[in-house]
Amino acid sequence: MNDAQSAGDAAPLELRIDAKTFLSADGTPVEVVRGLELRLEAGSFGALIGPSGCGKTTILRIAAGLDPDFRGRLRTPGSGRLGIVFQEPRLLPWRTVEDNIRLALPAHDAAADLTELVEILGLGSHMARYPGELSLGLARRTAIARAFAVQPDFLLLDEPFVSLDEAVADRLRNELVALTTRTKVTTLFVTHDLAEAIQLADHLFFLSDRPARIILEKSLPPPRGKRSADVIASIGDEMRPLVSRAMANGGRG
Amino acid sequence: MPRIFSLAALIAIWALAAALVHSRLLPGPLAVGATIVADIRSGELPFQMGCTLGRVISSFAIAMVLGAFAGYAMGRSRAADRYADPWLIVLINMPALVTIIFAYIWIGLNETAAILAVAVNKLPNVIVVMREGARALDPELDEMAKAFQFTWFRRIRHVVIPQLAPYLAASSRSGLSIVWKIVLVVELIGRPNGVGFVLGSAFSLFDMTRILSYAISFIVLMLVIESLVVQPLERRAIRWRRRPA
Repeated sequence: MNDAQSAGDAAPLELRIDAKTFLSADGTPVEVVRGLELRLEAGSFGALIGPSGCGKTTILRIAAGLDPDFRGRLRTPGSGRLGIVFQEPRLLPWRTVEDNIRLALPAHDAAADLTELVEILGLGSHMARYPGELSLGLARRTAIARAFAVQPDFLLLDEPFVSLDEAVADRLRNELVALTTRTKVTTLFVTHDLAEAIQLADHLFFLSDRPARIILEKSLPPPRGKRSADVIASIGDEMRPLVSRAMANGGRG
Repeated sequence: MPRIFSLAALIAIWALAAALVHSRLLPGPLAVGATIVADIRSGELPFQMGCTLGRVISSFAIAMVLGAFAGYAMGRSRAADRYADPWLIVLINMPALVTIIFAYIWIGLNETAAILAVAVNKLPNVIVVMREGARALDPELDEMAKAFQFTWFRRIRHVVIPQLAPYLAASSRSGLSIVWKIVLVVELIGRPNGVGFVLGSAFSLFDMTRILSYAISFIVLMLVIESLVVQPLERRAIRWRRRPA
């Protein structure tokens, strides 16, 4: 079926999904992904962009190694230490913010110094609180802190900024840029928001409708994260017709 | 405060009824209290209650541990559930008395048989509750634990047990009261000591004072355990929940 492996530090992320099907509730198979091929250079930030319900989360779960039931091949960068931020924060409600972050650490690293990370994400005064007492923005920050605390070789984020108000989302995006630039971690980011993708990423992957595959790829010139609103808007205007043309072609193919 | 008033009212009604009837078959609170004090002094009451309490604790522990594991397995694995469910149905519908008789006949009139008989009576109840708990485990948290490579021990301790805690609390609360009632029956039928044995011999002598004094003492003991052990544990387990404003 598939073989997963991880290689040396500078290895890129390579994901090939020939086919991925689900059984729907009435027993009929539904094809979610077909013929998807994705390669992301080590240390770069890729954004996976697609319409809602196109199978983005499925692809991410496969990339995370959480779903071995697909036809294809997965090669993760580095030694395979994964950091992941799910769409919902997925914190343990019965553990404090600090415990939630520390529990993700490997045993030999349990006493790691989190001060700087916590500082960047503005969690300093909330470490002793329980997730039920946090706003969604703070819970998301905690989930991001958890993903970076494990010092991942490979970072996956599944629409981590949806349903936040724009100001908070924007601050969090800047924090994410700061953290990924500093750690140079290979990152795959899933979103349906083109502007967000252009702001954060240096490589864009556009997905078709179900069954999902990549219909267009685009590398953006550096520096990522520092693009002004004008630059983002003009890249967006340039991309939109390309995407809809590729969509139309993809629909025929 | 209302609790104290209502208890006081109960005792007052009892005292009034006893005074009106004036019969050996309904002794008043004072007579019962005097017997309790006398039996505590002689060491008889603490000894008999100790015997019963020991049986309650051992059979309760056995039923909870086995039931938690079996219930978890059945809640997590559909195959385990399919195979074990008919057994569970047999066990759950077996009258307590039948289990007790089987245990005494097959194992003998001894402590092992008594404790096992009670544990087997309580077991299916724990399994059913824990199976429900295991079915309700959040798959998303499971996935999170897998993605962050939690060790088995860490996953059980920080992800699984906190989710099962309310189910453990529910089955231990209902369990404690069921277990001590069945322990008395077991003692009545085949043990030479314990509260059940005392009640049996008092019954053959129509000694109502003694029956009431032991019954009341044991109820008080179980209430103390409930409020000093079970409730604080439960409060600790749910301390992360937001308090209602």
